[in-house]
Amino acid sequence: MSLLQIDHVSRHFGKLIAVKDVSLTVEPGELRAIIGPNGAGKTTFFNMISGFFPPTTGTIRFDGEDITRLTPEQRVARGMARTFQITEIFPELSVAGNLRIAVESAAGFRMKPWLNGVQKKLVAERIDELLTLGNLTASANNEVGALSHGDQRAVEIMMAMALRPKILLLDEPAAGMGDQETYDVSRLIRRVHRDQKLTIMLVEHDMRVVFNLADRIMVLAEGALLAEGTPDEIAQSDVVQQAYLGKEADLGKEAA
Amino acid sequence: MNGLKQHYAKIIVWAILLTIPYWFTYVGGYLGLANEIVIYALAAMALNFLLGFTGVLSFGHAAFFGLGAYGTALTIKFLVPSTLVGLAVGVLTATVAGMIIGALIIKRRGVYFAMATIAFGQLFFFIANRWNSVTGGDDGVGNWHRLPINLGFAKIPLFHNSLVYYYFTLLMFALAVGAMGLLLDGPFGRSLMAIRENERRARFLGINIELHVWISFVISTAICGLAGGLLALLDNFVNPRDLRFDLSGVLVVMAVMGGMRSFWGPLLGAAIFQWLREVLSSHTPNWQTYIGIVFVLVVLFFRRGILGFKLSTVKS
Repeated sequence: MSLLQIDHVSRHFGKLIAVKDVSLTVEPGELRAIIGPNGAGKTTFFNMISGFFPPTTGTIRFDGEDITRLTPEQRVARGMARTFQITEIFPELSVAGNLRIAVESAAGFRMKPWLNGVQKKLVAERIDELLTLGNLTASANNEVGALSHGDQRAVEIMMAMALRPKILLLDEPAAGMGDQETYDVSRLIRRVHRDQKLTIMLVEHDMRVVFNLADRIMVLAEGALLAEGTPDEIAQSDVVQQAYLGKEADLGKEAA
Repeated sequence: MNGLKQHYAKIIVWAILLTIPYWFTYVGGYLGLANEIVIYALAAMALNFLLGFTGVLSFGHAAFFGLGAYGTALTIKFLVPSTLVGLAVGVLTATVAGMIIGALIIKRRGVYFAMATIAFGQLFFFIANRWNSVTGGDDGVGNWHRLPINLGFAKIPLFHNSLVYYYFTLLMFALAVGAMGLLLDGPFGRSLMAIRENERRARFLGINIELHVWISFVISTAICGLAGGLLALLDNFVNPRDLRFDLSGVLVVMAVMGGMRSFWGPLLGAAIFQWLREVLSSHTPNWQTYIGIVFVLVVLFFRRGILGFKLSTVKS
């Protein structure tokens, strides 16, 4: 059974149709990338999956359940975690402090006034695991706001991992990063994907990251599904070439 | 909340509060002023539980302070002549009002939330001011006083001994402040701070924002009601000004001036405010102007309040 099954989803904003009748299935253990020129509707599509707003029409099924109209919290409880294009963390807290809140929430402790010894130990161990997984042990006690962009991204991904998700949604994980940071974050994503056998879906502009990581790629253009397939198929697809080349030709004209 | 500095702050605060009746007169104070400081500090700390630690601004907390005061006074005057029952009814009244109002406005955020709290605050002020037959209208609720607490084997002389009443207030303060401190040190308190720091991230960690903010609001209003009840018992009188809009503003000023990111900041803010009021109001009817100037200076030069400035390096 598919882990994520999206059927004929559309989203209108007034007269604008941001996403037009897109269907998609994601199998367990898959790493799926969504690409497309600017304004293709990638982020809108992503936000509907994670629960920012419901689609105008169509259904989203996750792990066999219709989640089309569930709140973000309800989706988190069912095993969906996400990161954002602009890193969303708790900037004034330490790395460990950030992870602590995620771990406690994941363990169902978020309403508890206090923890007993066993629970405290459980939380501390899980924080250590995540610090190791994210290569963050050395900066555990540093304030997150003072870290490099790449490390902040690693903290955000580890906060999502704290939830032990069935699917991890990454919205442009390499956005605004230099070469080294892009390389590091790609390696981190590959590591959590392989080691934890985690299903991942990501939106990304950096084609090196996409073709490096993805099992399958889906291309959106002007809100509609343009093509879908393995990285090789997509690289050789004429329609995709055209969509991107056409766009770049336009950009060239603007620059001139 | 951890760290050595917090630990020392705690020891210093309690040493001062426990001994103040014995030396306050030597520095120009008096027992009643100390008692008022403790009570307003409790209200300001309760407000700050919401403002400083959940990141939600209420401009209507005087309503809950006033409900606590009226609930206590009216119960003792008309229903049950018992200090503890009166206080309990006062707290309960404020809590129930907090639950209902909280549920009605919790979906609003930021300025809209603050506006809604002002509206409800004004509603309660007008009820108290107009419903003469019950609240005494503009005259307030007089002709009653706090009563001794009968323990069976002994009586605690709350009424005739103001020193005993000071320590009674301090005990209530300790219980409420202790409970808030405990919560802020645990997972629930960290969830609140997560909401303050980044609501979007908190939501996508599975934290139910509305529920958490609502609980924080109710805790805050309950403790504010307790402070109101304690003030009524101190004065043996309730004034409709106790739930007027100005008081809501004063509580915010106390919290911000003292430092809303620090646990004890509002206590310092309340002490400075009450002290300035005491000193200035005997010299000039325009004392509020001078407090305003002090407030402006603090906001301009200590972005996080007086205590927040010094403790800004302490991180959890």
